Amino acid sequence: MDKHIKSANEAAEKIVEWGEEHKIETCFERAEKMKPCPIGASGACCKVCHMGPCRLVGKNAETEARGVCGATLPTVAARNMVRMIAAGTACHGDHGRDMVFTLLAVANGETKDFQIKDVRKLYRIAGILDIEFEGRPVNDVAKDVATKLLEDYGRQRGEVNFIKRAPKKTQERWKKWGITPRGIDREIAEAMDRTTIGMDADPDSLLTQGLRAALANGWGGSMISTEVTDILFGTPMPIKAEASLGIFKENEVNLVIHGHEPSLAETIVDVASEPEMIVYAQSKGAKGINIGGLCCTANEVLMRRGIPTAGGFTNQELAIMTGLVEAMVVDVQCIMPAIVETSKKFHTKVITTSEKAKIPGATHISFDEHKAREIAKEIIKIAVDNFANRKKEGSHVTEKYPVIAGFSHEYIEYMQGGRWRASFRPLNDAIMAGRIRGVVGVVGCDNPRVPATGTHKFLAMELIKNDVLVITTGCGSQACGIAGYLTPEMALDHAGPGLREVCEAIGIPPVLHLGACVDNTRILTIASAMAGEGGLSDEIGGMPAVGIAPEWMSEKAIAIGCYFAASGVPVIFGGESPVGSSEEVTRIMTDVWFERFKGAMHFEPDPEKILELTLDYIDKARAALKLKKYEPGKFGAERVLMDMAARREIERAAKPHIGL
Amino acid sequence: MSKLIASAAIRGAKGLVAQAEELIEKAIAEKGKDFVFEFPDTAYYLPMIYAMTGFPVKTVGDMKAALGFAKELLHDEPEDNLWKPYLGEALDSGMATLFAEEIILAIKYIYGLEPFKDPDTGYVYNGFITDTIQRNLGIQLVDGTMPGFAAIIGAAPTDDIAVNICRELQEKNILTFLSGQSNGDSVTKQLQRKGIELGWDTRIVPLGPDTEHTLYALDWAIRASLIFGGKKAGDFKEHLKYQKDRVFAFALALGPLDDIKWTTGAGAINMGFPAICDTDVPVIHPTGVCIYEEVDKEFDHAKIVQKAIEVRGLKIIVEKPPIPVAYGPAFEGERIRKEDMFIEFGGQRTPAFEWARMRELEEVEDGKITIVGTNWQERYEQGGQMPLGIVIDVAGRKMQKDFESIIERKVHHNINEGQGLWHMGQRDVNWIRISKAAKGSGVTLEDIGIIQATMVKHRFKSIVDKVQVTLYTDEADVNRLRDEARAAYKERDHRLGALTDDAVDTFYSCLLCQSFAPAHVCVITPERLGLCGAYNWLDGKAAYEIDPTGGNQPVPKGELLDPKFGRYTGVDDYLKKASGGAVETLNLYTIMENPMTSCGCFECIVAIIPEANGVMIVNRGATMMTPIGMKFSTLAGTVGGGAQTPGFMGIGVNFITSKKFLSGDGGVKRIVWMPKALKERIAEDFKRNAEDAGIPDLLDKIADETICEDSEKLLEYLSSVGHPALEMDPMI
Repeated sequence: MDKHIKSANEAAEKIVEWGEEHKIETCFERAEKMKPCPIGASGACCKVCHMGPCRLVGKNAETEARGVCGATLPTVAARNMVRMIAAGTACHGDHGRDMVFTLLAVANGETKDFQIKDVRKLYRIAGILDIEFEGRPVNDVAKDVATKLLEDYGRQRGEVNFIKRAPKKTQERWKKWGITPRGIDREIAEAMDRTTIGMDADPDSLLTQGLRAALANGWGGSMISTEVTDILFGTPMPIKAEASLGIFKENEVNLVIHGHEPSLAETIVDVASEPEMIVYAQSKGAKGINIGGLCCTANEVLMRRGIPTAGGFTNQELAIMTGLVEAMVVDVQCIMPAIVETSKKFHTKVITTSEKAKIPGATHISFDEHKAREIAKEIIKIAVDNFANRKKEGSHVTEKYPVIAGFSHEYIEYMQGGRWRASFRPLNDAIMAGRIRGVVGVVGCDNPRVPATGTHKFLAMELIKNDVLVITTGCGSQACGIAGYLTPEMALDHAGPGLREVCEAIGIPPVLHLGACVDNTRILTIASAMAGEGGLSDEIGGMPAVGIAPEWMSEKAIAIGCYFAASGVPVIFGGESPVGSSEEVTRIMTDVWFERFKGAMHFEPDPEKILELTLDYIDKARAALKLKKYEPGKFGAERVLMDMAARREIERAAKPHIGL
Repeated sequence: MSKLIASAAIRGAKGLVAQAEELIEKAIAEKGKDFVFEFPDTAYYLPMIYAMTGFPVKTVGDMKAALGFAKELLHDEPEDNLWKPYLGEALDSGMATLFAEEIILAIKYIYGLEPFKDPDTGYVYNGFITDTIQRNLGIQLVDGTMPGFAAIIGAAPTDDIAVNICRELQEKNILTFLSGQSNGDSVTKQLQRKGIELGWDTRIVPLGPDTEHTLYALDWAIRASLIFGGKKAGDFKEHLKYQKDRVFAFALALGPLDDIKWTTGAGAINMGFPAICDTDVPVIHPTGVCIYEEVDKEFDHAKIVQKAIEVRGLKIIVEKPPIPVAYGPAFEGERIRKEDMFIEFGGQRTPAFEWARMRELEEVEDGKITIVGTNWQERYEQGGQMPLGIVIDVAGRKMQKDFESIIERKVHHNINEGQGLWHMGQRDVNWIRISKAAKGSGVTLEDIGIIQATMVKHRFKSIVDKVQVTLYTDEADVNRLRDEARAAYKERDHRLGALTDDAVDTFYSCLLCQSFAPAHVCVITPERLGLCGAYNWLDGKAAYEIDPTGGNQPVPKGELLDPKFGRYTGVDDYLKKASGGAVETLNLYTIMENPMTSCGCFECIVAIIPEANGVMIVNRGATMMTPIGMKFSTLAGTVGGGAQTPGFMGIGVNFITSKKFLSGDGGVKRIVWMPKALKERIAEDFKRNAEDAGIPDLLDKIADETICEDSEKLLEYLSSVGHPALEMDPMI
């Protein structure tokens, strides 16, 4: 019998095996033991009231099954989907809200522990929000920006501020189908409201609200988070770092920052490098303090500070199992409660820091942006003090890979022409000429129900071979990073001939790390800029672009997938469909959404089929845009040679520039 | 791979910025930071820095500040492994290089080291290119006679290859700049060794011996968007877009490349100008910064020019008559000195004339060349001098009598564009020479006819269906036919004189300049020619007949709204459309309210002098200070780019002697100052106007630079001579 692979990442797999030998349980084992409930997994379980839970199963369930209240299977499946969207949107919305509050605290001078590191970005966002910035004190501008963004949460009518950054045509589709989000909190509340017992029973109507809530995530909470984080901590630029579970150091204090928010993590990074702390660590027998990241907190500090990452979601227990982690500090989202139990088998201290995410058995130190440094110091000291308690016990893996990360929207624009000629013209040109077949976001979680990170690796590799530029965020980027895919050499060794030429011209890896899962919004603004640049689609829909979340597990992923679908990007999720029980809901989320928004949401467990469907979407989009048919190794634009008459026509032919 | 290029560009920029810094410190120490500098005859300071940043460098101290911009653009070289992206960084470095080079050359000017003089041969390179040259070339840039620009950097493998490349560029009408060296040699030296004529007249302009001198070509290019494009200083995005879309320049890098060549190339790539190399260099094929490839290679020198033209996306249509020498506008400026001359015609030495006349279709045998004269072959073979009457008979269904003069005026270009052929004058005061070299290549007398037959049909296709040319070589024939021709000239002039704005119902637009000045529209009327001086109403009419969708369109006058200022409904309607909404309305006969816009290649600028209650006129090429305190170059900077600027206007020289010249403002009586040379040039025709205005000695009352260059002295002079403007209604 073939060996059952738990994680497709070698270092992770080694630790899992080591754990099995030492009887330490991980999510991989639990996933094996705990089969998903087939009714709930396919969306056929309704538990929104206490007459149930109702199981809408059986022969002809689609048309004949009813809950106690009479709800049909499509109604139930749609409700479940919308509730997932609402939860995901709530998560990212709260993340953004915290960031805005931090910005406001800085602007009001309430905290000295944070600064506005990227004033240019502040001005750029102020410009988008129609806030005057020239000649004004930075903090005044920041206050106005923060206040205006906070309005997005509680707004009852009108539309979320950043909606206007989308191409006009995309906005028109939203208006036409009534999914332009009003306020972030309002859309979440309405999604919850509509899905309770006795409310909306029309699957299409339900899912339409789902999309509106999803847009409140993508163009609301998530985008607010990305932009405000850039303002506070700097807009990422390429940076070199390391990834995988081998980043921990035998002779240093290893402190892991895990979760999703950057504020505490940034402060810890700052404070840990201060002489006082280093001397303190040395006094405890360590050579220094090594900060390592996990999950999206890792991405935040990897993108901006070059802090090494131990990997994504499924690596969190494994990090502790190296035996080298003095403390794991967690903030919000995707934190397995299991880490506390795992930590008890080692010397590792788990410290929770968010009032919104406490775990029994963990040390809780509540984070407060007003005294961030003080808290960071306290946490670092706990880690340092714990160094002496480190035991020999542990897997002690050493594998790690270099990564080049830091591809923000701004840098991607810059890298295509420098300060003077920054634009998306080269990317659009490369797609038009067939050098780049299309652009695919391989994003989302990693999942122990498949060989973890394996589907990411398979797709990223196959896509770049097929001249598809891969952009990645969240645990997708972790999966690529710990596999060594985020290097420029990848282009020379594995990319198709056209993609390789582009990567060589610019000096980039064929897989670009754009940030945390909340930073998928960078893809939205990039797609908008590509539409504005001209030559491809004049809206986000219709681009030769696809989004894939091959190993998704979080409700946040569903919300993200839906905001992409609503924005015009076909999205393919791996694994079995959470609405698979209902043909009608599946049809709405694919055919109907595609017709309305040029986006769709598919669920496809077979990685080969995901690849096939992706390339098919890309090639069809190319054909619809009348672009050169993709042929590997055969590219190049047909030259239009200009005579004088043609030159006089330039101005008349020029399209107005759609700015961001 | 392109990483090598990026590394070299980044390294080169660092070196040049350091060099510039050293020079600045030296200049500050020796000359002081307030030492004032400007490049010769430009209104645009250090043009690259000015266009990109909006910062006007006026002193050595300013150079130091400007170098600060360059320093911000420096980056680290990419590493051997696990490199970070480098394209944006390399392009930034390229721009830093251009800034540094501009400063280095400026300081060399301060020390009298520029333009560079070859110590061995004494040859003086062109150095900085003046605004005047740029404006002089204006019309050629837009009418297709100068479709592109090449910068050759380095040296060809052999002298012959250098000559072949430059000849091919000349034949394709491309203006070629030379700079830099390879292995101690340069194309400039190679051409000199081969005795090739260099300079603006032959479109091969050596800028200097170093790669850094290429900057002069880029400085020239960037002024196109400042002058003709009307782009604001500091609006770098617009400038660079303009350069990429409209300035069809490219580089040929001959011989091995070093850091300075790469980094200068990276600067040029910012502007959208690609480089084609003849050595085995890394290439950059993905497009988007340039329209097509950024860096490419071509080892075959017979193909390198064609390759470069294609990579820049340039379409060149060259019509060459079947004659045994090269042909094209680049050869127009060649001189033939007496000792190089094989034979000449006319020039007051022998009777000669040239005459185009309209005939019925059946009277003309297309393509027929006839030479009439006793023993003409023998006489031609002997060389020396010969009488020559050129009669060009044209026929065509759309041919009109009025087009005769236009076709005839092209005889000059037709002949002159042949290599080793030279022509000047017109009608019965023409003068033609054929060089010994051309004769040696096999040019016959018949070729003069062949050239006319081919080029008349080419230039006037769709008007001219048939052309035949008869050359008369016997003095008696020439004299007889010259009398006939003179009668025809006279009749033509008479008809032209009767052609007034009021007598026609259609004006013509000229949009030729929209390839460079997209918002500008010239409205050409019988009494107001185009501001470049190259197109009059008849030209416009003929051009429209030739190409109904081309750059000259009929403008129905419509209703006359304002007879004094010359405002017509048809003109306004047309303008709104053709200027893309930039211009709403136009008054043809005043400078004060909604005057004509300018592209930038105007022959003269008219500018109001309020205290004199009149206007001054200054022509392009005049370098003196004017009474309004600005030289032509500075003044020109305020007029171009398609904007209406009341009180300021670009015009063609001949408009000064038109009856409609500022007729709404009081006409020629408003002119209070003109350069002396301009006064002399227009004197004869001006007198008539002055007499009509009742002041026969008006020209003497108009001041010039020998009388004053400032407004105070101007007023004194005007009062002393009793200039009529002082007594007229106030202009403002």
